[in-house]
Amino acid sequence: MAVVNSVVLPIRTQEDIVRVRQAAREAAVGQGFSLVDQTKLVTAASELARNTLDYGGGGDVEIARLSEPPRRGVRLVFTDKGPGIADVEQALTDGFTSGGGLGLGLSGAKRLSNDFSIISKVGEGTQVMIARWR
Amino acid sequence: MEKIPILKMGRFLLVTVQVDMHDQLALQLQDDLTARIVAARARGVLIDISSLEVVDSFIGRMISNIAAMAKVLDAETVVVGIQPAVAITLVELGLSLEGVRTALDVDRGMTLLHERLADEQR
Repeated sequence: MAVVNSVVLPIRTQEDIVRVRQAAREAAVGQGFSLVDQTKLVTAASELARNTLDYGGGGDVEIARLSEPPRRGVRLVFTDKGPGIADVEQALTDGFTSGGGLGLGLSGAKRLSNDFSIISKVGEGTQVMIARWR
Repeated sequence: MEKIPILKMGRFLLVTVQVDMHDQLALQLQDDLTARIVAARARGVLIDISSLEVVDSFIGRMISNIAAMAKVLDAETVVVGIQPAVAITLVELGLSLEGVRTALDVDRGMTLLHERLADEQR
């Protein structure tokens, strides 16, 4: 698997979430994703960017265009140095929320992606990776 | 500060969301709309989201909230123009927009609102 190119964007404000959506859209379009696949990736990006801001206290995202002939993909890695998630299984349950949200962010982003992984250490932070392929 | 315009058409309010909303803007719209429903004695709210390319759980919750608040204020909410790709994504995300009436376009949404008002006056 080769990384064609990648950018890192900060996630510190609500406007940054909009910018992450736009950059994810750009990468998906660049990789020739269908409109539905673009929308799924951008929606997942929006959920995870908001998690990074609201629960992680801010962080950044690396958006990478991947090439693994014959398929092409986009990978997003969200990293924060927030409080971490004590129970990842629970956090991945539909409807579970520690904030005021609907509890669909993490589980929904997972459903909208082809690849998903999460690493979290209490007191150190959280890293969530998603990828979508065409 | 940027704001989403709310138009009054007879007894209905019309909102066309044309920008990629950040969260604060969405919350602002929620507040503005509830205030306008009362001030204008509106009986219906039509929200056109045909320009929205993404509806995530935050925007989805805002739409549900607006519909619930409007209902308490005796106004019906109809959301129109959801793009097919957005509809597919919403369902996969797990968002059902419960309690929100939808229509394919502004025309059909307006018809729905008029019918409801006519039913009441019968």
